Amino acid sequence: MATASMEIKVTPDIAAEHGVTKDEYARIQKILGRDPNITELGIFSVMWSEHCSYKSSKVHLKRLPTRGKLVVQGPGENAGVVDIGDGLVAAFKIESHNHPSYVEPFQGATTGVGGILRDIFTMGARPIAVLDSLRFGPIKSGKWRVTSGEIKVSEEEAAANRRILDGVIRGVANYGNCFGVPTIGGEVSFEPCYAQNPLVNALALGIARKEDIFLAKAKGVGNPVIYVGAKTGRDGIHGASLLASAEFTEESQQKRPNVQVGDPFVEKLLLEACIEAMHTGAVVAIQDMGAAGLTCSTMEMASRGGTGIEIDLGKVPQRETGMTPYEIMLSESQERMLLVAERGREREVLDLFKKWGLDAVVIGEVKDGELAVVKNHGAVAAEIPAHPLAEEGPLYQRPIAAPATRVESEKDWFSFSAEGTELTENFKKLLASPAIASKRWITEQYDTMVRTNTLAGPGASDAAVVRIKESEKDGPNGKTMRALALSTDGNGRWCQLNPKVGAMHAVAEAARNVATSGARPIAATNCLNFGSPEKPEVMWQFSRAIDGIAEACTALGTPITGGNVSFYNETLGKSIYPTPVIGVLGILDDASRVVKIAFRNAGDVIVLLDGVDAAERARHAVSLREFSSSEYSKTVGYVVAGEPPAIDLAAEKRLIDCLVALATDGVVVSAHDISDGGLALTLAESCFASPQAVGANVKLQDSDAAAEFESFGERGARCVVSVAPAKLAALQGIARQYGVEASEIGQVTSRPSLSIEHKGRAVIDSPVEGLRDVWANSLERTLLAQ
Amino acid sequence: MKFGVVVFPGSNCDHDAFYAIGNILKKPVEFIWHQSEDLAGCDAIILPGGFAHGDYLRTGAIARFSPVMKAVEKFAKSGGIVLGICNGFQILLEAGLLPGAMMRNKGLRYICRHVYVRVEQTDTPVTCLAKQGQVLKIPIAHNEGNYNCDGATVAALQKNRQILFRYTSADGSNDDSGNPNGSMNNIAGICNRERNVAGLMPHPERAVESALDSADGLVIFQSMVAGLVGAAKATA
Repeated sequence: MATASMEIKVTPDIAAEHGVTKDEYARIQKILGRDPNITELGIFSVMWSEHCSYKSSKVHLKRLPTRGKLVVQGPGENAGVVDIGDGLVAAFKIESHNHPSYVEPFQGATTGVGGILRDIFTMGARPIAVLDSLRFGPIKSGKWRVTSGEIKVSEEEAAANRRILDGVIRGVANYGNCFGVPTIGGEVSFEPCYAQNPLVNALALGIARKEDIFLAKAKGVGNPVIYVGAKTGRDGIHGASLLASAEFTEESQQKRPNVQVGDPFVEKLLLEACIEAMHTGAVVAIQDMGAAGLTCSTMEMASRGGTGIEIDLGKVPQRETGMTPYEIMLSESQERMLLVAERGREREVLDLFKKWGLDAVVIGEVKDGELAVVKNHGAVAAEIPAHPLAEEGPLYQRPIAAPATRVESEKDWFSFSAEGTELTENFKKLLASPAIASKRWITEQYDTMVRTNTLAGPGASDAAVVRIKESEKDGPNGKTMRALALSTDGNGRWCQLNPKVGAMHAVAEAARNVATSGARPIAATNCLNFGSPEKPEVMWQFSRAIDGIAEACTALGTPITGGNVSFYNETLGKSIYPTPVIGVLGILDDASRVVKIAFRNAGDVIVLLDGVDAAERARHAVSLREFSSSEYSKTVGYVVAGEPPAIDLAAEKRLIDCLVALATDGVVVSAHDISDGGLALTLAESCFASPQAVGANVKLQDSDAAAEFESFGERGARCVVSVAPAKLAALQGIARQYGVEASEIGQVTSRPSLSIEHKGRAVIDSPVEGLRDVWANSLERTLLAQ
Repeated sequence: MKFGVVVFPGSNCDHDAFYAIGNILKKPVEFIWHQSEDLAGCDAIILPGGFAHGDYLRTGAIARFSPVMKAVEKFAKSGGIVLGICNGFQILLEAGLLPGAMMRNKGLRYICRHVYVRVEQTDTPVTCLAKQGQVLKIPIAHNEGNYNCDGATVAALQKNRQILFRYTSADGSNDDSGNPNGSMNNIAGICNRERNVAGLMPHPERAVESALDSADGLVIFQSMVAGLVGAAKATA
């Protein structure tokens, strides 16, 4: 019988069609000692794709800090693992699913969530939360002045962006809701560069007992290799290589068949069955079939375990007839796992999966040596040494070149002008902008509460907070419950203007958000979204961003434990803004100490905490250049230029430590950091979140700076807290101890108005309800506009 | 006294109901797998929320054929207390243990948020400790919670006082403004004529601790406990 491997003769041209370069082809010939057949070529092409091999990024990723005393497992496994005390560990990771989400928004986003959830429970951890970091093209038409000229977005383009957003949101919601994991946070923002390349980054968090963590290492010659989960079909073939590792062209819609189709119900069964199976003690190793499917899972398990492996594709459960070995090996059908069981106990494992109604079949066994042999009904279809395939792929030190610097002058920048009532009107414009407006309409489509651990869902606190109740000794009347806080952040606009400083801000903001909720930041995960690595200026952005992340993670004590790199985010030759997204995880030792953003009591004192000391602050002074990169500048002035605000990591660290101490001692009533939209937005959101009708009366510090700068500037290391008058002295004591300046700037009022005075004049003065209406409903109005 | 929480493939609020009863109320509770043909001697049965059998075909449409449902039906017919929450309510409708059907939410979107429901009847095992007209803050999380039935059925529900919970505003004064999904007559939960089988779309198991923003759902589980204690006394 002629197998597929004999049907097509592999030539360098066919290799090129697989995205394999001449040099890479020569390397394949050397490893095999002969020409590959078509199945083998397929296997090499996916394993050595940018998506799976990190061939362009690896040399840079080495600069990231990955160790720490709480890090149990750093990068290289399915997810990072950190020690969270009481014998428990947290597994967490963020991953992208950008290209599939443009080609087919619903399925692309839904399988993105499914993939990251599998990464977590593959480690033996039960997923307890998901966050999503999403970037879309503008959903409103308009035009902006940017450093490279002008950007226009037509109504037609805005409508297309709204459709993508709708599909992605439904996709994210569909998977998490049905699977039964709360989607508790993340961010959504909008820039023209994401119109034809939206970003869908999903982060999942799980917990397990430390001794229950599983690794993907095949062990024990003769042990059976078991395929479990959904059947294999022709969907997603070359998802990793052709879809994720190449930029988009006009023909990209034809790539729809490369997108996988998700079924969260099957994944829920797979989760329960896998966790039960792991607890039997009969499972030796387990690996999910994600990118590059059966290929990646078999080859990596063997390579990591230092063993050989043999499987027969004839035994793989198949959804379609007549699939070739090439198709079976490269399929990215979802909801599948490969596991190695202890010899003699396979029946136990198979029965368990049967109970959950899932296919489970022994398809091969662990072998001596290092050869991975793929058979099809007994005939050899591929024969490749696993270790060289998985570990000796090409590594590139791609050329790096800084883009030509454009000298900007003051006329390229925002100019301050607004006075008096104009500022209130401008503030409303800002509140209505999709990036700033409430995301309630989106987050209400997510189940944010299932598992009953959500202490702070979307918008309640600066970070999403879930408690840990899995441990039996914990409980409402037992020991103190702990909680975990998570925040994802990343400002592509800032990274475009300065990749290093922008990346540092992403780390600092995520860590600050976690600390603002009261939790101590302990570790980070990153999703690095960039254009084509074959462009020297993209590699320059990448390298600079890595330097920024490394420096900030080191300074803030949050080592990187995993993540992923997504290159080729470009369409028709135009790259997205470099967009590193950082997820930071923190621990709250006492779950009852979670700090939320809402002002609560009239009469509480509003205090501005600033980690930057006075001398340093004077040096920053007013910078039009920095203000021109703000959300206000973009929304009100239609200007995107300049530089991100200067960053002071030591000041960020002082503020973080101070916030954690304030929460631990239960000193503050509320805390909300200053970021996009500046002080004015921080104050407004604390009013909006209040269960009572309260307002705020704030006097800006004496300064010569323009009212717009003081109200909407986005410099970091600052946080607004409210505190009962009786605890003000305690707050000042703690702030002093950490070297953080605490200035009383106003009061929470029973009059439900937001009033900000500058140099003795009210520059913003509006009933909270008027502001809230704009903020709360703008997104829905925009999205449901016909 | 023992509670049973039925686990269908795809149930995902089973652990939450279990926790509310076992850890908050501190009453005996166990899981019952959907292929079980008996109810393990439980005195009250909860069909939890989730996506039983993936909600394929129609919510609850496949779950009603799970072997355990025969036992649940028998238990209900003999007067046992059964509470269906969200997907569990949908399953009770499909099984014919409660009248009516669910349509997709108006707006055709999944909605997860806290809503207010008013307790309309207090002479049932799931509401006996609540006050008539009491407003409870309890979250919903569903795609298909738009309750519907024909005119004769709704008239019967009214006449027999089977409507247990109605969506309403925070102060209980304006029902239409509090209706999140278009449900007929603002119906959030109903019971059968015999009053021992009840279903509601909101999730009381998610509102049993103030740390979760509301403990208003507790009264429903406490009522069930009181109902069981009362029943035990009556037979004693």
